[in-house]
Amino acid sequence: MTEPDPRAELRDGPELMGDALDARLSETWGDKPGLIGWLRTVDHKRVANRYIVTALVFLALGGVLALLMRLQLAQPESGLISADRYNQIFSMHGTTMMFLFAVPVMEAFGVYLVPLMVGTRAIAFPRLNAFSYWLYLFGGIMIWVAFLLDIGPEAGWFSYVPLSGPQFSAGKRTDFWAQMITFTEVAALAVAVELVGTIIKQRAPGMRLDRIPLFVWSILVTAFMVIFSMPAVTLASSMLISDRLVATQFFNATEGGSALLWQHLFWFFGHPEVYIIFLPGLGFISAITETFCKRPVFAYPLMVAALVTTGLLAFGLWVHHMFATGLPRLGYAFYTAASMAIALPSGVQIFCWIATMWDSRPRLEVPMWWVIGFIITFVIGGLTGVMIASVPLDLELHDTYFIVAHFHYTLIGGGVFPLLGALTYWFPKMTGRMLGNRLGKISFLFTFGGFHLTFMTMHFTGLMGMPRRVYTYPAGMGWDMLNLISTIGAFVLALGVLIFVLNIVLSLRGGAIAGDNPWGAASLEWATHSPPRPYNFAHIPAVTSNTPLWEETLPCFSGLRVEERELLLTTAVEAEPDIREPSPKPSVWPLVAALATTLLFIWSIFSPWAVVWGSIPAAIALILWFWPKDPAEPGKEPVIE
Amino acid sequence: MSTKPNFVGDLQALPTYAFGARSLTWWGVIAFMMIEGGGFALAGGAYLFLMSQESAWPPASYPPALVPGLLFTVTMLLSEIPNTILKKATEAQQLDKVRFWIIVLDLIGVILLVIRAFEFAHVNVRWSDNAYGSIVWALLLLHTIHILTEWVESIVLTALMFTGHGRLPRRFVDVSEDCLYWRFVWITWIPIFVLLYLVPRFV
Repeated sequence: MTEPDPRAELRDGPELMGDALDARLSETWGDKPGLIGWLRTVDHKRVANRYIVTALVFLALGGVLALLMRLQLAQPESGLISADRYNQIFSMHGTTMMFLFAVPVMEAFGVYLVPLMVGTRAIAFPRLNAFSYWLYLFGGIMIWVAFLLDIGPEAGWFSYVPLSGPQFSAGKRTDFWAQMITFTEVAALAVAVELVGTIIKQRAPGMRLDRIPLFVWSILVTAFMVIFSMPAVTLASSMLISDRLVATQFFNATEGGSALLWQHLFWFFGHPEVYIIFLPGLGFISAITETFCKRPVFAYPLMVAALVTTGLLAFGLWVHHMFATGLPRLGYAFYTAASMAIALPSGVQIFCWIATMWDSRPRLEVPMWWVIGFIITFVIGGLTGVMIASVPLDLELHDTYFIVAHFHYTLIGGGVFPLLGALTYWFPKMTGRMLGNRLGKISFLFTFGGFHLTFMTMHFTGLMGMPRRVYTYPAGMGWDMLNLISTIGAFVLALGVLIFVLNIVLSLRGGAIAGDNPWGAASLEWATHSPPRPYNFAHIPAVTSNTPLWEETLPCFSGLRVEERELLLTTAVEAEPDIREPSPKPSVWPLVAALATTLLFIWSIFSPWAVVWGSIPAAIALILWFWPKDPAEPGKEPVIE
Repeated sequence: MSTKPNFVGDLQALPTYAFGARSLTWWGVIAFMMIEGGGFALAGGAYLFLMSQESAWPPASYPPALVPGLLFTVTMLLSEIPNTILKKATEAQQLDKVRFWIIVLDLIGVILLVIRAFEFAHVNVRWSDNAYGSIVWALLLLHTIHILTEWVESIVLTALMFTGHGRLPRRFVDVSEDCLYWRFVWITWIPIFVLLYLVPRFV
C-alpha cells in the first residue's frame, strides 16, 4: 500500500463507501478526545445536547421555584416565604421558564434535528452555534448566582417600569435581569440565523419548499419570529439599564418618558415569544402524528399556510396584554379581532391532525399519548384565550389567577407536552436507546393529571378574584381549598416530571437498542445511525417526496470531499445542487469570545465604561475567531505572495 | 443507509464559491441586516412614540446642528461610489483594485467617525436632560456602533487582502458581502437623519 498523495482529493462514492468511508469521515468531522475537544467542538449535535441538558436543568430549577410558591400559597397567611423573597421567586420562575428554558430548548431541538432532517453534514455557521451556547450558559449562571445572592430580579418576568426603574428597584437586581436578557437574546438570535441559513441553503437535493418536513417549516417560521421580535426586548432592556445606570429618561414620566413605551416594546417581543415557544411544539406534533399514523399529515399546504399565518398574526396582537392600560377604543377593537383571528390557523392545524388520525389507525405509543394530551390541553387554553381576547372580560380577569391558568394551559399544553413527546420520540435517535415504555406512560399520567389538577383549579381561583403575584392571602376569601388543591396538583405534576427524568437515566443505561429507524418514520434523520456519526450522512441523500424513507429506495449523491469538511449548498427554492461549501473546523475562539462578551455584559452592570473598555477584548477575540488559520482553500494549493 | 447506496449523481464538478444569494455568507449577512434593521425601526418607532407625548419637539432645546449632520450624510452617500467600485472589483477578483479601494473606504470610515464626533458635540441636548435627549443619543449611538464595527471589520479585511489569503476566491466573497453590509449601514442612516435633523425642524 503506497502512501496517499496529500494533495489528492478523496471523495465519497462507489470507490469509497461503507466502513472505509466511515473511518475517513469520522477522522475529518470528529472531535479530538478529552477536555480540549469538548471545549472546541462545533458539532451541532453535541452543542444541541448541551443546550437541551442545560435547558432541562433550568426547567427543574424553575419548577422548584414553582413548588416553593405553591407551598407558600397552600394555606392562607403562610409565613414560609417573605414578601420580598416571594417577589424574586415569581420573577425568577417566569424569567427562567421563558428565557432560560422554553426558547433555548425549542431552538436546541432545531439545532439538533434540522441539519439531520434536511440531510446535510452540519449546521450553517457552526462556530456561531458554539458561541451561542456558551453565552446562554454564562447568562443563565449569572442570573441564578445573582438570585442566590439575594440580587435576583423582583419586578416580574416582564419587569414593568416604573416598578423596575431606578426609583422603585434600587440596587442591582433589575440590572442583572436586564443583562440576562442581553445574554439570552444574543444567543437566541445567533441560533435563528444559523437555522435560517441551514434551512434555506443546505437542504438535500430535491427537497423543494413543498417537501420540507413540517417540523422544519415550524422552525423556519420560529427563526424569523426570533429575528423580528427579539431586537425589541433587547432595545427595551438596554433602555432600562441605561435609565438605571447613566440617568437616561426613557421611562421617566416627569421628563417626557413613558411607561407605556416599555410595555409596547416588551410585548412586541413578548407576544411573538409565546408563539416562538409554541410553533416548534406544533412541529413536534406534526412529526409524531405522521409517524404513528403512518401517513403524511392531512393537507400539507394548509398546515404550512397556518404556520406562516400564525407567525404573521403573532406580531399583530401584542396590545392585548395592555387592555388594562387605557388605550383608544379603535385599538381595543383591532387587537381583539387579531387575537380572535389567530385562533383560526391554530384551529386549522388541530383539525388537520384529527383528520390525519381519523384517516388512519394510529399506534398509541407514548409519544402519541403526549400528542393527545397536547390536543386536549391546548384546546382548553385556546378557548380561554378567545375569552380574554374580549376586552370587557379581560378587564375583569386581568391580573387574576384565571390568566395564570390560561397561559399555563397554552405554554405547558402547547409547549411542554409536545416537548416531552418529542424527547420520547427522538430519544432513540439521540442516544441509540429506546426510552422505557412503562415509566413513560406512568410519567405521562402523573404529569397530565397533576397539570390539570393544578391549573384547571386556578381558573376558579381567578374567577373568585384572587390576584396574581401576591405572596399570601387572608383566610375566609373562599380561596383556601382551591389553593390547596393546586398545591397538591403541582406536586403530582412534579412527580410526573421526576419519573420522566428517572426513565431517561434508566434508559440511558439499560434501554432497548434502537437501531436507525425504530418507529418506521419517514423523514431523513431516521436514515442515519442512532446516534448519528459526527458527519451525519455518509452520502448526501436525494429527496423525491415528502416522505423519503417511505419510498422504495433513498437515492444519494457522491462526490463531496472526505478529508476536508465539506457540505452541499443547494438553491433556495428548488434545492438543486449548487456549491460545495467548506464547513468550519472546531475552534476554541467561540468560547474565548463568549468569555470576553460575558466580561463586557457583567461589567456593564456596574459601569458604563465597560461598554468601551470591555469591547476591546471581545473585538480581539472575534477577530482571532474570524481570521483564517488554514491558508489553503479546499482543493487548492496555498497561495503565497 | 446500511444497504448499498443508490447513487443518482455526483457533486464533484460543483464550484466551491459563489457571489450573492447563492452563497451562505450572503444569507447570514441578510439575516443580521433584518435583526439590526428591526432594531433601528423599533428605535425610530420609540422616537415617534415619545414625540407624540410632547407638545413641543424638542421639548426644551434646539434641534441638533444641521451642518455636521448634512456633512455626514453627504459623505456617507458619496461613499457608495467607491463601495460599488470595490464590490465590482471583488466580483471580478481583481486583487490590486480591491486592495486600493478597500483602503479608500477605510479612510472614508475615519472621516465619517470624525464628523460623527462633531455631530455628538452639537446635538444640543444631553442624554440625561429628558426622554427626547435619551432617544436622540440612543439613535446616534446605535448608528455609530454600526459605523465603528463596520470600520473594524473593513480594517481586518484590508489586512487579510494583503496576506496570502487575499488571493482565495472566498475572501473576495467576504469583501463583496462586506460591501453589501456597508450599503445597509448608509441606507439605515437616511431615516435616522430625517428623524434627528428634519423632523424637529419641519414637523
